[in-house]
Amino acid sequence: MDQDLSKYFDYLDVDADWVGLRLISEKSTSRSVRDGNPEANSHSRDRGLMIEVLANGQFGYAATNRLTPESIQAAAVRAHRQAIATSRWAVYEFSTDVRPKAVGSYQSPQSTQNDLSVADTVGLLRQVCDSLKVSDKIIRTGASVSTIDTEHHFVSSNGSDVHQHFSIASSNFSATAQDGTVTQQRSDHGYSARSHQGALDALSEADIFARAQRIGQQALDLLDAEECPDTCTTLVLAPDQMMLQLHESVGHPLELDRILGDERNYAGSSFVKLSDFGSLVYGSPLMNVTFDPSVLGELASYGFDDVGIPATREFLIENGVLKRGLGSIESQQRSQVPGVANSRVCSWNRPPIDRMANINLEPGESGFEDIIGSIESGVYMEANRSWSIDDYRNKFQFGCEYGRLIENGKLTKTVRNPNYRGISSSFWRSLVKVGDASTFQVFGTPNCGKGEPNQVIRVGHASPVCAFENVEVFGGAG
Amino acid sequence: MSVQGVPSEKFGLKAVDGWEEEFNGLCDSTIATLKANEHLSLELSGESTQFMRLNNSKVRQSGTVTAGYVSMQLIDGDRTATMTVPFTGDRDLDRATVLEGLNDLRQELPQLPADPYVVLPANLGSSRDSHGGKLLDPDQVADALLTSVQDIDFTGIYASGAVVRATGNSAGQRHWFATETFDLDYSVIGASERAVKGALAGQAWDQEKFESQVRRSRSQLVTLESQPFKKIKPGQYRTYLAPAAVTELVFMFSWGAVSEASVRQGDSALAKMRDGRSLSHHFTLVEDFTQGTVPRFNSLGEVSTPEVPIIVEGELRNTLVSTRTAKEYGIKGNAASDWEGLRSPRIASGTLAEADILRELDCGLYLSNLHYLNWSDQPGGRITGMTRYACFWVENGEIQAPIQDLRFDDSLYNFFGPNLVACTDTAEFVPDPDTYEERSIGGVTTPGVLINDFTFTL
Repeated sequence: MDQDLSKYFDYLDVDADWVGLRLISEKSTSRSVRDGNPEANSHSRDRGLMIEVLANGQFGYAATNRLTPESIQAAAVRAHRQAIATSRWAVYEFSTDVRPKAVGSYQSPQSTQNDLSVADTVGLLRQVCDSLKVSDKIIRTGASVSTIDTEHHFVSSNGSDVHQHFSIASSNFSATAQDGTVTQQRSDHGYSARSHQGALDALSEADIFARAQRIGQQALDLLDAEECPDTCTTLVLAPDQMMLQLHESVGHPLELDRILGDERNYAGSSFVKLSDFGSLVYGSPLMNVTFDPSVLGELASYGFDDVGIPATREFLIENGVLKRGLGSIESQQRSQVPGVANSRVCSWNRPPIDRMANINLEPGESGFEDIIGSIESGVYMEANRSWSIDDYRNKFQFGCEYGRLIENGKLTKTVRNPNYRGISSSFWRSLVKVGDASTFQVFGTPNCGKGEPNQVIRVGHASPVCAFENVEVFGGAG
Repeated sequence: MSVQGVPSEKFGLKAVDGWEEEFNGLCDSTIATLKANEHLSLELSGESTQFMRLNNSKVRQSGTVTAGYVSMQLIDGDRTATMTVPFTGDRDLDRATVLEGLNDLRQELPQLPADPYVVLPANLGSSRDSHGGKLLDPDQVADALLTSVQDIDFTGIYASGAVVRATGNSAGQRHWFATETFDLDYSVIGASERAVKGALAGQAWDQEKFESQVRRSRSQLVTLESQPFKKIKPGQYRTYLAPAAVTELVFMFSWGAVSEASVRQGDSALAKMRDGRSLSHHFTLVEDFTQGTVPRFNSLGEVSTPEVPIIVEGELRNTLVSTRTAKEYGIKGNAASDWEGLRSPRIASGTLAEADILRELDCGLYLSNLHYLNWSDQPGGRITGMTRYACFWVENGEIQAPIQDLRFDDSLYNFFGPNLVACTDTAEFVPDPDTYEERSIGGVTTPGVLINDFTFTL
């Protein structure tokens, strides 16, 4: 079927300006162990096709997992009828210009096939749980891994033929500590942050058990730690929290479909206006943000987006100035703002919309010791655990798992329940230090939600350690 | 337009016609292949849906999705694993796919360690429930929705069609639930970008009801746009939360709160209630299946009692307990889902008459909707989120001005505790428009609530 997808055009009989077929097959396996006992060993197989039809300047779509010529023809008819029935109400009159011919392929750097047997994999997860339990006060340990193998095959009536094969692996270790009414949790850089393309390396790393012990010990340390102080101070964020900061206050506000209004009933709009591109000072001159689908192994690397546009690295923000939006070829036409190749789908049964892919903050010139050493008083935070931001992506409040005070240029006491809040448009202008390449780390999240109908998609984020001045930080409810 | 070879158009339940027979046959044929000591549970989740996305009273995207999945859990002795595969309605293909998946599970089980909490399937009775609807013809939806709103900015999502949930197991139990519904979730947005949120859901489309509701939304938007925003300083304010706003708070109870496993494992916001902490006597939360919007059976086919009281007059009566959790902790289960979240929550109404809301609020904030909630301190029950849509400053019992959106950050032990003044005397059903992976059914039934000293931080 995959190889012969374009042959379906021999069967299709639809009077349309353009027809596209997107076949997506996915196999995934998830294994999780809690407190040494198996909690889930689950597999998923999925396979289905979306047919998109352009007629009267409007796209209609139909998705089916019944991959017979008759079923695909019926889907084509449904898609065509949707296009025709809604064309007089179309937001924009599209032409075939937004579906140029594309031919090519992409392959993730490595296969997810690892050498570990099922028994060995689960056995290692159980040992990780043992390592996480550094004390009787650790009341819950968890270790999980998942692998996903996804193929996207896109063909069109104007000759497109794009085949992309993604191999994805993610892992998570966590420990929950409890003493009386105090409960604290620590994980491996935040939930599913260790998600990437390539082999499942989490279980083969030499330091796996030491890492698990450190997670358990830090959860334990948090029990006796002071609450994060309520103050306005210098905030230093580790890359595993910068991931979230970039995602919520840079990625989403720059999505052109939000600015064009498509998302206003759900995820929301943006404080960024179309007229801001090219001129808005988004952050300090140290801020350089890229859309970069070319980073080897980052979670959302790809060769083409899901309508076949070749994906290239682009600066969204350069030296603090907003240059380019996260807008697909359709949004670029509608807005006349430069964009990127980010028309993406989460599944065969959802239509393409503007999405983030890999959104990265480029490294600066400060070493970690230089950053900490330059701060008389501040708070350092790691690993996201809470996130909330308004529908214009401005007023945010984020919480982390683990914090340390910075006193006289040194990391000192551990603090628990570290939170901070701010306003995107001013927060990024308070960026005063950007770590160098030695502080740069690559993470990803498989859970970015957006769109109507809803879609959850995988995105990658990489960042160095960063410092921000005059940020409101605070602790928990106690 | 010339379209040849057009099969007859099927929509709604007609589009899944035959799935019940196919699924039951699939259960029978698969279970017949089981070996000694093997047990199997199967769950079908499927839909045939039309989605239409609207922006500024125009159609952004429109299409149909027909999808189905069979999830199976194989148990051999005390070892278990699960597999989810596509369900297409094609007998031969589906049977081959399921058997292939089953064989993969068979290969895996001997390599897995024993699962001490595995639960064998049981036959506690079967059920069949099918609710037909009267939905708009897919070709007519755009005209029906958009003709009367061309002078306003009408933005949102319309979803319509059939949703199916079914289970079968090797103990002989079968459940079937099918429903034909529509769900319109929209915003009417003014020139100033202020907006009024609306929702309309049901089994029979009523054009007059739709147009009447949109007229009300227009009227509310006029009020919203009639005055400049008032900027409210962070602080504590007497606040009225309309049912849609309360719904967002209720959703949080399914995310590390009402789950017994989460209480036991240290990540429940209600753990303090287990230790004797109470909420207001005005607050009652019930898992209520009597409305019939969602099936009473869970993914294993276990059937809940019609009502499960969770919090009654401020006291924790029950958590949601899956059979697996029950086995692990040696307690009684209540047919909760495996994730132990609320499937049909209802907050009990109170005594505050709708006509008296503003007078009783007196001076403070009237909030129609909340947005993007998250735990800011889960063990402390503290939730943060934003105000959104039609939110007003009220003085002397009268709306004074719309407000600029505010961030709240407060504990449920405060706002559903001593600070809860009253619940309104009528409860609304707020449909769940969630379409992640599949179209949700059901929603939350809740009154509005009046609270003292709700804390705003930004």
